Amino acid sequence: MAEMKFPNPHEAAIIPGTEGWERMYPYHYQFTTEDPERKKYEEGMFWFYDGLHYPEPMYPFDIIWDEAWFLSLSQFNSRVFIVPPAMGIDHRIHNGYIYITPIPVSDPDEIPKRVELFMKRAGYYYQNWDRLHDQWEVKMRDVISQVTKLEIPTLPEMEDESVVTEGIGTSTGYKLLKAYDKLIDLGILTWQYHFEFLNLGYAAYVVFVDFCQKAFPDIPLQKITQMVGGIDVIIYRPDEELKKLARLAVELGVDDIALKGNEAEVFEGMKASENGRKWLDALNAAREPWFYVSTGTGWYHHDKCWNDDLDIPLSAMGIYIEKIRKGENIARPTQSIIEERDRLISEYRALLATDVDKQTFDQLLGTAKTVFPYVENHLFYVEHWFHSIFWNKMREVAKILVDFKFIEDIEDVWYLKRSEVKDALWDVVTSWATGCKPRGPLVWPKEVAWRKGVMDKFREWTPPDAMGTVPENITEPFTIVLWGITSDSMSQWARLKAISEKDLTKIIGFPGSPGVVEGTVRVCRSVKDVGELKEGEILVAPTTSPSWAPAFQKIKAAITDVGGVMCHAAIVCREYGLPAIVGTGSATSRLKTGQRVRLDGAKGEIDIIG
Amino acid sequence: MMNISDYVIPFENCDNTMVGTVGGKCASLGELMRARIQVPPGFAITTSAYEQFINDNSLKERIFERLKGLNHDQAKELDSASRDIRSWIEAGTISEPLEDVVASYYRLLGRRSRVPALPVAVRSSATAEDLPGASFAGQQDTFLWIRGVDQLLDRIKKCWSSLFTARAIAYRLKMGFDHSMVLISVAVQKMVRSFTAGVMFTINPATGDRATIVIDSNYGYGESVVSGEVTPDQFHVNKITMEVVKKTISEKKIYYTTDPKSDEVLKLELHPERQNSQSLLDEEVLELAKFGKLIEQHYGRPMDIEWATEKGLPYRGEIFILQSRPETVWSQKEVKPISEAAGSALEHIVAGLIMGKKLK
Repeated sequence: MAEMKFPNPHEAAIIPGTEGWERMYPYHYQFTTEDPERKKYEEGMFWFYDGLHYPEPMYPFDIIWDEAWFLSLSQFNSRVFIVPPAMGIDHRIHNGYIYITPIPVSDPDEIPKRVELFMKRAGYYYQNWDRLHDQWEVKMRDVISQVTKLEIPTLPEMEDESVVTEGIGTSTGYKLLKAYDKLIDLGILTWQYHFEFLNLGYAAYVVFVDFCQKAFPDIPLQKITQMVGGIDVIIYRPDEELKKLARLAVELGVDDIALKGNEAEVFEGMKASENGRKWLDALNAAREPWFYVSTGTGWYHHDKCWNDDLDIPLSAMGIYIEKIRKGENIARPTQSIIEERDRLISEYRALLATDVDKQTFDQLLGTAKTVFPYVENHLFYVEHWFHSIFWNKMREVAKILVDFKFIEDIEDVWYLKRSEVKDALWDVVTSWATGCKPRGPLVWPKEVAWRKGVMDKFREWTPPDAMGTVPENITEPFTIVLWGITSDSMSQWARLKAISEKDLTKIIGFPGSPGVVEGTVRVCRSVKDVGELKEGEILVAPTTSPSWAPAFQKIKAAITDVGGVMCHAAIVCREYGLPAIVGTGSATSRLKTGQRVRLDGAKGEIDIIG
Repeated sequence: MMNISDYVIPFENCDNTMVGTVGGKCASLGELMRARIQVPPGFAITTSAYEQFINDNSLKERIFERLKGLNHDQAKELDSASRDIRSWIEAGTISEPLEDVVASYYRLLGRRSRVPALPVAVRSSATAEDLPGASFAGQQDTFLWIRGVDQLLDRIKKCWSSLFTARAIAYRLKMGFDHSMVLISVAVQKMVRSFTAGVMFTINPATGDRATIVIDSNYGYGESVVSGEVTPDQFHVNKITMEVVKKTISEKKIYYTTDPKSDEVLKLELHPERQNSQSLLDEEVLELAKFGKLIEQHYGRPMDIEWATEKGLPYRGEIFILQSRPETVWSQKEVKPISEAAGSALEHIVAGLIMGKKLK
């Protein structure tokens, strides 16, 4: 495998005009050569670009979630469950792009001891999965309730008299600092919970995958996920709510109003009648929490949720109303999905050669099925519901910085690290307390303007897929499942790089859902573009989320830049029987609306034919 | 319909219990018909017919005498004995009653197919095919596009004589089998005018994956694929979901077909425009795979199948199964569990985690 060569991380490109970019991110994320031991370590590891989570460069504030999972994923592997061969995943950043590397347990003598501990600890979780999972949901709802209620106070000219009469003993300045700390703390806590079950979930899943691939060397990954996939998965719920609202609008005869597609007109129209008000009640009931579904992955501050912009779900619902009017069935074909899943399981099982294999298959499938709903469902709680509320609370903090002229616009706050936001808030509250001028307005607007320029340059730069040295073996379960790091995928990275733009006639991605179709593509960079989709087009999107669901009613195939076999687009396409190719890396920039392609979902290949 | 005869048995009356009478090939064709698989019609010339022929021509003693004292490693002597014996058989006379019954079955086959002087394939159907390692069985002769009773009787004798190739004699000597106990049957089968043909395995012969069906295909008769004279098109079908998961279209330089003027089977160069074209449509691939799945279910084991399509319809061909036998390579491998039995999923998970994923 001679082509599996990647650049040395210390020789990675420096973009002119961005010098000093390192200060935008935590200092320990830098590749450095100052210490020979650290230099040697960094050169010897295999760092791959986490394009799955970060299709664009990191904003200094948004790196909070990267730090959160850096800690959380690693600690559950290394210090909580003691995964026998794997420690955590180390992180670095270069030119705004996150690189990660799995850390193996280096001393082989350690492994037997770790096995014993893992059997005990992980065993406890597997055995008590349902109870602990119920407990998890309670904890998670509590965090979300806390963040929802969290008040970001604005600084008054003078404290209320009650501070004196009730002997409170603190000021709003202190409360503001405390509220910010609390907000950050709830975010980190959420991410602690995020991995409480996920490591074990992936471990069970990856071992089942491995068994299936040994028994059936040709088995496509998507068939394995189909065998363990759930039916009542939360990811479908927001879309189900839209379908319910569409049906209700038709039933109540208010579908014409619902079809107006924008918030103001729909609300005004609905308020005018009894049935309209009934429908509005149903809408409001659905919004909490299902409309917290993000239009992106939830990882970036600019991933808005439906509650942030009701025009998005309303126009999507319109697609369903039109289908209902035409007499079409919009229900998910759940019965046939269950039948197909059970058929896959029983037919594959029947082909196993020995009774021992059948027993192993049953054991591993059973565990994989137990853990899999969590693997799919945690996304809604954390990345969608919690994050959507969190970003808006941060905007309230940013509003105070705007009021004190630290930044020009609320959306500038994302160019500050969260520690810098804290520093700036100290600057704010002390100047508020003393009545003196803060220094912030002299520092931040200039710095933010410079950082915006740096980010633009980062965006124009293409990060290498990987850096450093390829290891012989990877044992870290996330690295295998989530990023699909295998020798095949790495040779493919190397091959793609060799093809120049002009000669591009083929794009390769992960097979997400099988089927072969030919058609015209439409590039939708965000869910707002979905309205332009025409019946029978092929959707090309950076990634999709549950809020894109209505689009899948119109299209005949989907292509995404980011995602593996478990991403939203792949899951939904498998359900609707549409081909999907995911994780192409760059389909949205390489394909143009109107181009004709032929795609083969089972192979993950897209041929550009005109 | 037809009279039951000791000498001729139509395929539809053959089954797996009759290998000793009609040979492995005819027995399996009968089994396929029972499994409602479309097989070109035909009949078996039984081993009794062969025995009768040997007796009528007083060949038994002669053959026995000719082979006396030979050793399996005397290549030259075996060759010359083989030549002698085969020439005696091919020069022998088929008795009138036997000729009559073969001719009447042949004409009936032609009438049912509405083709005068129906072209048939004549193949030997050995009774020894199921002997372990008896690979010579497949070496016996196949004659394509045979028309008329005279040609048919001639090729039947040639099939009979194929029991005495030098290799077959050597094998029996080595194994200590009695030459007179080994019998042969002949399959006479309506010729499929193959548009495309090839082989199908109901297991992936490369990986041993039992959920994969692999189909090799070329234009014309299947002989080009079976003999390895071309790199055929290859299709992988997932047996469970019935999807074509992989397609490899190769450059196919030659094909076998019947020359309409000379009525001979010829090896011809494939028209350059067709060399790189897909020889079997996806729909045909899937239909064929369905047959493969049915055949495997009928036998309860992975199978090796020869097939052909006839271009009757303008759009796609009609599929016929020409023969099937159990797959031998993977079936004979020692079956070991993928991982040792464990008391719980957790033990498997620990073992699996430690193993990891090899990158190099």
